[in-house]
Amino acid sequence: MKNSNKLIIYGQEFSSRLLIGSALYPSLDVMKAAIVKSESEIVTVSLRRQNPENNGGNIFWQELQSLGLTLLPNTAGCHSMKEVVNLAKMSRELFQTDWIKLELIGDEYNLQPDPMNLVAAADILLKDGFKVLPYCTDDLVICRRLADCGCEVIMPWGSPIGTGQGLANPQALSAIRHRLPDTTLIIDAGLGLPSHAVHAFELGYDAILLNSAIAQATDPITMASAFSYACKAGRAGYLAGRMPERQVAQPSTPIMGMPFWHQD
Amino acid sequence: MRIMINNIEHLVDNSELVEIIKQYGAKAPFAVAINGEFVAKSNYATTQVQPDDLVDIVSPIFGG
Repeated sequence: MKNSNKLIIYGQEFSSRLLIGSALYPSLDVMKAAIVKSESEIVTVSLRRQNPENNGGNIFWQELQSLGLTLLPNTAGCHSMKEVVNLAKMSRELFQTDWIKLELIGDEYNLQPDPMNLVAAADILLKDGFKVLPYCTDDLVICRRLADCGCEVIMPWGSPIGTGQGLANPQALSAIRHRLPDTTLIIDAGLGLPSHAVHAFELGYDAILLNSAIAQATDPITMASAFSYACKAGRAGYLAGRMPERQVAQPSTPIMGMPFWHQD
Repeated sequence: MRIMINNIEHLVDNSELVEIIKQYGAKAPFAVAINGEFVAKSNYATTQVQPDDLVDIVSPIFGG
Protein backbone atom coordinates (compact mmCIF):
# COMPACT_ATOMS: atom_id res chain seq x y z
CA MET A 1 0.00 0.00 0.00
CA LYS A 2 2.69 2.48 0.90
CA ASN A 3 4.15 2.41 -2.62
CA SER A 4 0.80 2.71 -4.38
CA ASN A 5 0.25 5.65 -6.69
CA LYS A 6 -3.16 6.16 -5.12
CA LEU A 7 -4.22 7.05 -1.63
CA ILE A 8 -6.41 4.22 -0.38
CA ILE A 9 -9.07 4.87 2.25
CA TYR A 10 -11.13 1.82 3.16
CA GLY A 11 -10.70 0.43 -0.34
CA GLN A 12 -11.54 3.68 -2.11
CA GLU A 13 -8.79 5.21 -4.27
CA PHE A 14 -7.90 8.90 -4.47
CA SER A 15 -5.36 10.76 -6.58
CA SER A 16 -4.85 13.63 -4.14
CA ARG A 17 -3.03 13.04 -0.88
CA LEU A 18 -4.28 16.22 0.69
CA LEU A 19 -7.45 16.17 2.79
CA ILE A 20 -8.71 19.65 3.50
CA GLY A 21 -10.91 21.28 6.11
CA SER A 22 -13.74 23.65 5.32
CA ALA A 23 -13.46 25.94 8.38
CA LEU A 24 -11.90 29.31 9.17
CA TYR A 25 -11.77 30.77 5.66
CA PRO A 26 -12.36 34.50 5.33
CA SER A 27 -15.37 33.84 3.07
CA LEU A 28 -17.27 31.06 1.34
CA ASP A 29 -15.84 32.16 -2.01
CA VAL A 30 -12.29 31.90 -0.70
CA MET A 31 -13.11 28.52 0.84
CA LYS A 32 -14.35 27.16 -2.46
CA ALA A 33 -11.46 28.59 -4.47
CA ALA A 34 -8.88 27.28 -1.98
CA ILE A 35 -10.39 23.80 -1.94
CA VAL A 36 -10.38 23.70 -5.74
CA LYS A 37 -6.80 24.97 -5.90
CA SER A 38 -5.66 22.39 -3.35
CA GLU A 39 -6.84 19.62 -5.69
CA SER A 40 -8.21 17.85 -2.62
CA GLU A 41 -10.85 15.22 -3.20
CA ILE A 42 -11.88 14.87 0.44
CA VAL A 43 -13.20 17.71 2.59
CA THR A 44 -14.04 17.64 6.29
CA VAL A 45 -17.37 18.90 7.63
CA SER A 46 -19.18 18.95 10.95
CA LEU A 47 -22.61 19.32 12.57
CA ARG A 48 -23.80 22.04 14.91
CA ARG A 49 -27.10 23.20 16.33
CA GLN A 50 -29.31 24.71 13.70
CA ASN A 51 -30.68 28.22 13.84
CA PRO A 52 -33.67 28.35 11.48
CA GLU A 53 -33.38 32.14 11.39
CA ASN A 54 -30.18 31.89 9.34
CA ASN A 55 -31.73 29.31 7.02
CA GLY A 56 -30.12 26.43 8.90
CA GLY A 57 -26.66 26.99 7.41
CA ASN A 58 -27.97 26.04 4.01
CA ILE A 59 -25.74 28.40 2.04
CA PHE A 60 -22.57 26.72 3.29
CA TRP A 61 -24.03 23.32 2.59
CA GLN A 62 -25.12 24.20 -0.95
CA GLU A 63 -21.73 25.72 -1.77
CA LEU A 64 -19.90 22.69 -0.43
CA GLN A 65 -22.12 20.27 -2.30
CA SER A 66 -21.49 22.15 -5.52
CA LEU A 67 -17.83 21.06 -5.35
CA GLY A 68 -18.86 17.40 -5.64
CA LEU A 69 -16.17 16.12 -3.27
CA THR A 70 -16.10 13.20 -0.87
CA LEU A 71 -17.23 14.36 2.57
CA LEU A 72 -15.52 13.37 5.79
CA PRO A 73 -17.70 14.35 8.77
CA ASN A 74 -15.90 14.87 12.06
CA THR A 75 -16.85 14.55 15.71
CA ALA A 76 -14.97 17.70 16.69
CA GLY A 77 -15.79 19.02 20.13
CA CYS A 78 -16.88 15.68 21.56
CA HIS A 79 -15.55 14.87 25.03
CA SER A 80 -17.28 11.55 25.75
CA MET A 81 -17.93 8.26 24.02
CA LYS A 82 -21.66 8.91 24.11
CA GLU A 83 -21.23 12.24 22.32
CA VAL A 84 -18.95 10.70 19.72
CA VAL A 85 -21.20 7.75 18.96
CA ASN A 86 -24.37 9.83 18.68
CA LEU A 87 -22.81 12.61 16.62
CA ALA A 88 -21.37 9.96 14.31
CA LYS A 89 -24.83 8.48 13.83
CA MET A 90 -26.31 11.91 13.13
CA SER A 91 -23.55 12.53 10.59
CA ARG A 92 -24.11 9.20 8.89
CA GLU A 93 -27.77 9.92 8.38
CA LEU A 94 -27.37 13.51 7.29
CA PHE A 95 -24.27 13.23 5.10
CA GLN A 96 -25.16 9.77 3.79
CA THR A 97 -21.69 8.40 4.47
CA ASP A 98 -20.30 5.77 6.81
CA TRP A 99 -16.99 7.61 7.01
CA ILE A 100 -16.29 9.35 10.30
CA LYS A 101 -13.28 11.35 11.42
CA LEU A 102 -13.22 10.29 15.04
CA GLU A 103 -12.22 13.13 17.35
CA LEU A 104 -12.54 12.55 21.07
CA ILE A 105 -10.90 15.32 23.02
CA GLY A 106 -9.29 14.48 26.33
CA ASP A 107 -7.86 17.84 27.31
CA GLU A 108 -9.03 21.34 26.51
CA TYR A 109 -5.59 22.94 26.81
CA ASN A 110 -3.96 21.24 23.86
CA LEU A 111 -7.04 19.52 22.40
CA GLN A 112 -5.25 16.23 22.84
CA PRO A 113 -7.28 13.14 21.93
CA ASP A 114 -8.36 10.95 24.82
CA PRO A 115 -6.14 7.90 24.31
CA MET A 116 -8.05 5.55 26.61
CA ASN A 117 -11.55 6.12 25.28
CA LEU A 118 -10.49 6.65 21.67
CA VAL A 119 -9.82 2.97 21.03
CA ALA A 120 -13.07 1.92 22.72
CA ALA A 121 -15.05 4.48 20.71
CA ALA A 122 -13.41 3.35 17.46
CA ASP A 123 -14.31 -0.24 18.29
CA ILE A 124 -17.98 0.65 18.91
CA LEU A 125 -18.22 2.63 15.69
CA LEU A 126 -16.48 -0.02 13.58
CA LYS A 127 -18.86 -2.66 14.91
CA ASP A 128 -21.75 -0.39 13.97
CA GLY A 129 -20.54 -0.32 10.37
CA PHE A 130 -18.62 2.96 10.35
CA LYS A 131 -15.36 3.42 8.48
CA VAL A 132 -13.41 5.12 11.21
CA LEU A 133 -10.57 7.59 10.67
CA PRO A 134 -9.35 8.29 14.20
CA TYR A 135 -7.44 11.44 15.10
CA CYS A 136 -4.87 10.43 17.71
CA THR A 137 -1.57 11.35 19.26
CA ASP A 138 1.77 10.06 18.00
CA ASP A 139 1.75 7.23 20.57
CA LEU A 140 2.76 4.01 18.82
CA VAL A 141 0.81 1.71 21.13
CA ILE A 142 -2.42 3.68 20.75
CA CYS A 143 -1.99 3.52 16.98
CA ARG A 144 -1.39 -0.23 17.16
CA ARG A 145 -4.52 -0.71 19.25
CA LEU A 146 -6.54 1.30 16.74
CA ALA A 147 -5.19 -0.85 13.92
CA ASP A 148 -5.86 -4.02 15.92
CA CYS A 149 -9.52 -3.13 16.38
CA GLY A 150 -9.95 -2.64 12.63
CA CYS A 151 -9.08 0.95 11.72
CA GLU A 152 -7.65 0.85 8.20
CA VAL A 153 -6.73 4.53 8.47
CA ILE A 154 -5.02 6.17 11.43
CA MET A 155 -4.37 9.89 11.77
CA PRO A 156 -1.74 10.88 14.34
CA TRP A 157 -1.22 14.56 15.00
CA GLY A 158 1.83 16.43 13.77
CA SER A 159 1.39 18.83 16.68
CA PRO A 160 -1.69 20.20 18.46
CA ILE A 161 -4.62 21.46 16.37
CA GLY A 162 -4.22 24.94 15.00
CA THR A 163 -0.64 25.47 16.15
CA GLY A 164 1.05 25.28 12.76
CA GLN A 165 4.23 23.98 14.38
CA GLY A 166 4.82 21.06 12.03
CA LEU A 167 5.96 17.62 13.12
CA ALA A 168 6.80 17.92 16.82
CA ASN A 169 7.96 14.33 17.20
CA PRO A 170 9.25 12.90 13.91
CA GLN A 171 10.91 9.93 15.65
CA ALA A 172 7.59 8.78 17.09
CA LEU A 173 5.85 9.29 13.75
CA SER A 174 8.59 7.25 12.01
CA ALA A 175 8.12 4.44 14.49
CA ILE A 176 4.39 4.34 13.73
CA ARG A 177 5.11 4.17 10.00
CA HIS A 178 7.65 1.40 10.57
CA ARG A 179 5.35 -0.70 12.76
CA LEU A 180 2.18 -0.23 10.71
CA PRO A 181 3.39 -0.67 7.13
CA ASP A 182 -0.02 -1.70 5.78
CA THR A 183 -2.15 0.96 7.46
CA THR A 184 -3.02 4.18 5.67
CA LEU A 185 -1.37 6.84 7.83
CA ILE A 186 -2.42 10.46 7.62
CA ILE A 187 -0.85 13.33 9.53
CA ASP A 188 -3.77 15.28 10.93
CA ALA A 189 -3.33 18.65 12.59
CA GLY A 190 -0.44 20.90 13.46
CA LEU A 191 0.96 21.58 10.01
CA GLY A 192 1.63 25.20 9.15
CA LEU A 193 3.95 25.26 6.16
CA PRO A 194 4.26 23.35 2.88
CA SER A 195 7.66 22.15 4.12
CA HIS A 196 5.87 20.45 7.04
CA ALA A 197 3.80 18.52 4.50
CA VAL A 198 6.93 17.48 2.62
CA HIS A 199 8.42 16.28 5.90
CA ALA A 200 5.34 14.13 6.59
CA PHE A 201 5.61 12.44 3.21
CA GLU A 202 9.36 11.98 3.58
CA LEU A 203 8.61 9.95 6.72
CA GLY A 204 6.44 7.69 4.57
CA TYR A 205 3.04 9.04 5.53
CA ASP A 206 0.34 8.44 2.95
CA ALA A 207 -1.49 11.76 3.21
CA ILE A 208 -2.01 14.89 5.26
CA LEU A 209 -5.15 16.51 6.61
CA LEU A 210 -5.09 20.21 7.35
CA ASN A 211 -7.28 23.26 7.62
CA SER A 212 -5.79 26.25 9.43
CA ALA A 213 -2.53 26.23 7.46
CA ILE A 214 -4.48 27.09 4.32
CA ALA A 215 -7.54 28.89 5.68
CA GLN A 216 -5.54 31.22 7.92
CA ALA A 217 -2.73 31.95 5.49
CA THR A 218 -2.49 35.52 4.26
CA ASP A 219 -3.50 34.24 0.83
CA PRO A 220 -5.38 30.96 1.35
CA ILE A 221 -5.82 30.24 -2.35
CA THR A 222 -2.10 30.49 -3.14
CA MET A 223 -1.27 28.52 0.01
CA ALA A 224 -3.67 25.79 -1.11
CA SER A 225 -1.71 25.53 -4.33
CA ALA A 226 1.58 25.47 -2.40
CA PHE A 227 0.38 22.57 -0.27
CA SER A 228 -0.74 20.70 -3.36
CA TYR A 229 2.76 20.98 -4.80
CA ALA A 230 4.30 20.04 -1.44
CA CYS A 231 2.29 16.84 -1.24
CA LYS A 232 3.41 15.81 -4.71
CA ALA A 233 7.05 16.72 -4.01
CA GLY A 234 7.15 14.96 -0.67
CA ARG A 235 5.52 11.81 -1.97
CA ALA A 236 7.79 11.68 -5.03
CA GLY A 237 10.83 12.22 -2.84
CA TYR A 238 9.80 9.39 -0.55
CA LEU A 239 9.21 6.99 -3.42
CA ALA A 240 12.51 7.98 -5.05
CA GLY A 241 14.41 6.95 -1.91
CA ARG A 242 16.80 9.29 -0.18
CA MET A 243 20.60 9.06 -0.42
CA PRO A 244 22.46 7.43 2.46
CA GLU A 245 23.02 9.86 5.32
CA ARG A 246 26.67 10.25 6.36
CA GLN A 247 28.41 11.72 9.36
CA VAL A 248 31.40 13.05 7.42
CA ALA A 249 31.86 14.93 4.18
CA GLN A 250 32.38 13.03 0.98
CA PRO A 251 33.43 14.99 -2.13
CA SER A 252 31.22 14.75 -5.15
CA THR A 253 33.91 15.93 -7.60
CA PRO A 254 36.54 13.22 -8.26
CA ILE A 255 39.86 13.49 -6.42
CA MET A 256 41.63 11.49 -9.13
CA GLY A 257 43.36 13.75 -11.64
CA MET A 258 43.35 16.80 -9.42
CA PRO A 259 46.08 19.24 -10.69
CA PHE A 260 48.67 20.91 -8.43
CA TRP A 261 48.92 17.82 -6.28
CA HIS A 262 52.29 16.10 -5.99
CA GLN A 263 53.47 13.22 -3.90
CA ASP A 264 56.35 14.32 -1.62
CA MET B 1 -44.93 21.18 28.12
CA ARG B 2 -41.51 22.72 28.61
CA ILE B 3 -38.63 21.29 26.62
CA MET B 4 -35.25 22.54 25.52
CA ILE B 5 -34.51 22.77 21.80
CA ASN B 6 -30.91 23.56 20.96
CA ASN B 7 -30.41 24.76 24.52
CA ILE B 8 -33.28 27.25 24.37
CA GLU B 9 -36.50 26.76 26.36
CA HIS B 10 -39.62 26.10 24.33
CA LEU B 11 -43.22 25.52 25.37
CA VAL B 12 -44.91 22.99 23.12
CA ASP B 13 -48.46 21.62 23.06
CA ASN B 14 -47.71 18.50 21.07
CA SER B 15 -45.42 15.74 22.31
CA GLU B 16 -44.85 14.19 18.87
CA LEU B 17 -41.31 14.80 17.71
CA VAL B 18 -42.37 15.30 14.13
CA GLU B 19 -44.68 18.15 15.19
CA ILE B 20 -42.05 19.72 17.43
CA ILE B 21 -39.55 19.77 14.55
CA LYS B 22 -42.19 21.42 12.37
CA GLN B 23 -43.03 23.99 15.03
CA TYR B 24 -39.34 24.81 15.49
CA GLY B 25 -39.09 25.51 11.77
CA ALA B 26 -36.13 23.22 11.18
CA LYS B 27 -34.67 23.53 7.69
CA ALA B 28 -33.46 20.43 5.83
CA PRO B 29 -30.98 18.90 5.99
CA PHE B 30 -30.91 18.23 9.71
CA ALA B 31 -30.47 15.40 12.19
CA VAL B 32 -31.99 15.02 15.65
CA ALA B 33 -31.03 13.74 19.08
CA ILE B 34 -33.07 13.62 22.28
CA ASN B 35 -31.18 13.71 25.58
CA GLY B 36 -27.98 13.03 23.66
CA GLU B 37 -29.33 9.95 21.85
CA PHE B 38 -29.63 9.97 18.07
CA VAL B 39 -33.16 9.64 16.70
CA ALA B 40 -33.32 8.27 13.16
CA LYS B 41 -35.45 10.16 10.67
CA SER B 42 -37.57 7.05 10.22
CA ASN B 43 -38.55 7.28 13.91
CA TYR B 44 -39.66 10.92 14.03
CA ALA B 45 -43.31 10.04 13.52
CA THR B 46 -43.39 7.53 16.38
CA THR B 47 -41.18 9.35 18.90
CA GLN B 48 -42.81 11.15 21.82
CA VAL B 49 -40.96 13.94 23.61
CA GLN B 50 -41.22 14.10 27.41
CA PRO B 51 -41.26 17.23 29.62
CA ASP B 52 -37.79 18.69 30.15
CA ASP B 53 -36.31 16.62 27.34
CA LEU B 54 -33.27 18.10 25.63
CA VAL B 55 -33.76 18.12 21.87
CA ASP B 56 -30.85 18.82 19.53
CA ILE B 57 -31.46 19.66 15.88
CA VAL B 58 -28.20 19.96 13.95
CA SER B 59 -27.19 21.03 10.46
CA PRO B 60 -24.03 20.87 8.34
CA ILE B 61 -21.35 23.37 9.21
CA PHE B 62 -17.75 23.88 8.19
CA GLY B 63 -15.26 21.73 10.06
CA GLY B 64 -11.60 20.83 10.18
